[in-house]
Amino acid sequence: MAVDQSKIRNFCIVAHIDHGKSTLADRIIEMTGLLTSREMQSQVLDNMDLERERGITIKSQAVRIIYKAKDGEEYIFNLIDTPGHVDFNYEVSRSLAACDGAILVVDAAQGIEAQTLANVYLALDHDLEVLPVINKIDLPSAEPQRVKDEIEDVIGLEAQDAPLISAKTGLNVEEVLEQIVTRLPAPDGDPKSELQALIFDSLYDAYKGVIVFCRIKEGTLRAGDEVQMMATGATADVVEVGYFGAGQFIPCDELSAGMVGYMTASIKNVKDTRVGDTITHRKKPCAKPLPGYKKVNPMVYCGLYPTDGAKYPDLRDALEKLQLNDAALQFEPETSVALGFGFRCGFLGLLHLEIIQERLEREYNLDLVTTAPGVVYRVYKTDGTMIELTNPSNLPDPSEIDYMEEPVVEAEIMVTSEYIGAIMDLCQERRGTYISMEYMEETRALIKYVLPLNEIIYDFFDALKSRSRGYASFDYEMKGYVKSDLVKLDILINKEEVDALSFIVFSGTAYERGRKMCEKLKEEIPRHLFEIPIQAAVGSKVIARETVKAMRKDVLAKCYGGDITRKKKLLEKQKEGKKRMRQVGNVEIPQEAFMSVLKLDED
Amino acid sequence: MKEIGLYIHIPFCMKKCDYCDFLSGVYDERMQEAYTRSLCQEILYGGQQLKSVAVSSIYIGGGTPSWLDAEYMEMIMNAVYQAFTVLPSAEISIECNPGTVTKEKFDTYRRIGINRISIGLQSANDDELKLLGRVHTYNRFLHTYDLARKCGFYNINVDVMTGLPGQTLEKLMYTLDAVTGLRPEHISAYALIVEEGTPFYDRYKFDAVKQHAGMETEFLPNEDLEYQLYKMTQHVLSERGYRQYEISNYAREGLECEHNKIYWKRKPYLGVGIGAASLLDDVRASNVRDIYEYLERCEKLRAGDEFSPLWDSATKLTRHEAMEEFMFLGLRMNCGVMREDFEKTFGCNIEGVYGDVLKKLRGEELLTIEGGRIYLTEKGMDLSNYALAEFLLEK
Repeated sequence: MAVDQSKIRNFCIVAHIDHGKSTLADRIIEMTGLLTSREMQSQVLDNMDLERERGITIKSQAVRIIYKAKDGEEYIFNLIDTPGHVDFNYEVSRSLAACDGAILVVDAAQGIEAQTLANVYLALDHDLEVLPVINKIDLPSAEPQRVKDEIEDVIGLEAQDAPLISAKTGLNVEEVLEQIVTRLPAPDGDPKSELQALIFDSLYDAYKGVIVFCRIKEGTLRAGDEVQMMATGATADVVEVGYFGAGQFIPCDELSAGMVGYMTASIKNVKDTRVGDTITHRKKPCAKPLPGYKKVNPMVYCGLYPTDGAKYPDLRDALEKLQLNDAALQFEPETSVALGFGFRCGFLGLLHLEIIQERLEREYNLDLVTTAPGVVYRVYKTDGTMIELTNPSNLPDPSEIDYMEEPVVEAEIMVTSEYIGAIMDLCQERRGTYISMEYMEETRALIKYVLPLNEIIYDFFDALKSRSRGYASFDYEMKGYVKSDLVKLDILINKEEVDALSFIVFSGTAYERGRKMCEKLKEEIPRHLFEIPIQAAVGSKVIARETVKAMRKDVLAKCYGGDITRKKKLLEKQKEGKKRMRQVGNVEIPQEAFMSVLKLDED
Repeated sequence: MKEIGLYIHIPFCMKKCDYCDFLSGVYDERMQEAYTRSLCQEILYGGQQLKSVAVSSIYIGGGTPSWLDAEYMEMIMNAVYQAFTVLPSAEISIECNPGTVTKEKFDTYRRIGINRISIGLQSANDDELKLLGRVHTYNRFLHTYDLARKCGFYNINVDVMTGLPGQTLEKLMYTLDAVTGLRPEHISAYALIVEEGTPFYDRYKFDAVKQHAGMETEFLPNEDLEYQLYKMTQHVLSERGYRQYEISNYAREGLECEHNKIYWKRKPYLGVGIGAASLLDDVRASNVRDIYEYLERCEKLRAGDEFSPLWDSATKLTRHEAMEEFMFLGLRMNCGVMREDFEKTFGCNIEGVYGDVLKKLRGEELLTIEGGRIYLTEKGMDLSNYALAEFLLEK
């Protein structure tokens, strides 16, 4: 039985982090009766532990629910949850492309933030109908009228009818459901024309192979169809199609234009089913693919090494497994003199890096050492060739380098007026180029800067928060490459270069960073039986130096009677400390030292 | 007959010193009486459980054992003689604090067989004694020392401490001069450790961290000075006829503390009293630490019970653990360990177990092997924590 298109609503929820997107999703699912309150585990859509802990959505998720509206008709809602972080901007854009409408959730106390703007513009770019909703009106500090005016002034959306809700308590969520029916459009598309389906996510399942999440734009997809992915060229026979229950896949006969669902086709690798690609029939393809496909490239690279060298194969297996579900994760083997065998891994951003690192440690029980993350530099050589540098150790000899380029982003920072000065100082320190500033309302401004990506991947967000007392919000997008004066900073410990500590830095800040690194390493490296010089060098020139003094005395002179256990515990502690060390030359360096250089700006 | 050492813990003090983290405190007369009765019960019980052993040394430690009434000490020693065969040659030591002993007390000690007195002096400088929270002055100590000699004690130890807050080389020299001038048979020189849970910890914990990190300190000697204080002690004592035989113990020829050596050589010993540790048949055990629980459990002791209801923890050492102990305890002594003793004890070659470690430490000049004897060098002693930790085996 064909589904009546006019009874379908495909939508997503967009919001700034913490404005209540996932809570509203929970409430909608609960109130449509698909799940009882008791069955609901809080925040159904964020189903990775990590997502729930961090309160952010990492992977897109979708759920189909049935709503019986006041007009007496039953409607099918396909709620597509989008990732909530700038690292996953491309995924967000593809999820939006699978929708016809969007619910914009704005916190009644905080109002519009940088991510709100970025996401709502993204939604408008995709021609989505946007339905504003004011959340958290039960907060004492809620100012719904101010926020409504702000939505109208800043975004230009009619907001006087926006439901005033509390997703937490369920207050007025009913009204949101009704407005989804009345204000969001039904999908269009002809079930009889050539198949054109958008992949907006995929995941790997050990039994079914890759499960492809798709929105049918035109035509109809059935089990047994022979399909082709237009960008990757991969072909497959469809085994099953279906839609999304809460946390489960429910097979059905066909997915026709306007519907959101999944297909399985015994595809082994998510690389074949890239987000944004178009699925069509192999023998009767559509004229052209859907617009907007992009192959996403990693923006941030770092080395990942197992603490225990024997776990190298385990790390490789774990990365391979994660990659099955995460086409954006890239890795290739590398070796470091200091850290042994490991992998150079590429990520969409620092959050993506942290997530992968945590999943490796938690789900695969691996202890890891991470080297300082870096961006991809372009090195133009004197012979006219260009290399993309992901590992500082591979930087060619300076005599072979003509010039170098680094990636920059355009950042939008929204901040209350009293902190404008502090935030502009921060951007200047981070080598930012000022573009513009406009006042959104009397007390808040949107500042735009071009910033080197390198300057924001470590701790920019933390610095932003601390300098604005939490009042600034931030979003950015890639702007390409610019020429820059870059050098490789090397660290020598006891006269030996430690490759894992080298990194590329803007020459103007090399001295400062070198000095801080030496100071930090001095704190981290335990004293040995001999004196250890720690030096920072650019080329052959040493620019900073610290010394770890030799240890001369380490005695436990005290007598605890016959209590030998206590003595042994002290020795064990000493020995335990040594276990987590890496041997470089004759110096033992604690694992933490490799990470500590990431936190130079903390104090 | 198998020989064992006996340790008797007396947890009573007139006042607790500010640096002390031993199991001790201030209790009233009734508690002293009750504790003595329980201790006697435990000793008699121990004698029944450990048949056919001979006690070769007794150490009465604390706390301040001399703070206990002489009458109670007599009851305790009577219980020991009733429960055990004590060898006539046994060394029997008691810890005394200046100002807590009278002629009558020393006379009693002599009568009940005690033949070695260990006096806690710590410093000959009254300002330092005050800082440490000691209850006595240097003069008070002199009086106690003289009294001990007059009462016929020919084996006396004096405790001193290095690394005190504000301690200079001159101040320590003054203490060392004063002590060595008295010609005691034995000197223990401990380095101050700032222990958690003591008033010193509240006062000096940051300084202690700074000292360890090699940074400038406010009160405690900085690392360089602390090292010099330690080395000066070694040097001065050795010049004056006190041979270092263990990290913190010095003695005139032939006057080493026999009881101490039992610990380092892993000979069996029984500890009685709260928190006391025992090593019997490769089982390491320690008594309950709570005094009320101790009293309660002593009431219920019945011969033939499992050994021992007073133990709070007891662990049978594995072969590996015993090997580790053999090394990290044995090497605390300047004479070190004998290769053949290791072989005899464990039935295997030491090189097979510790070959790599011995090689590494020799390379670092921390250890010497001379014939069958393996011992730490002077540098190895200075860095003994570092060196001894190497002998812990992988689990």
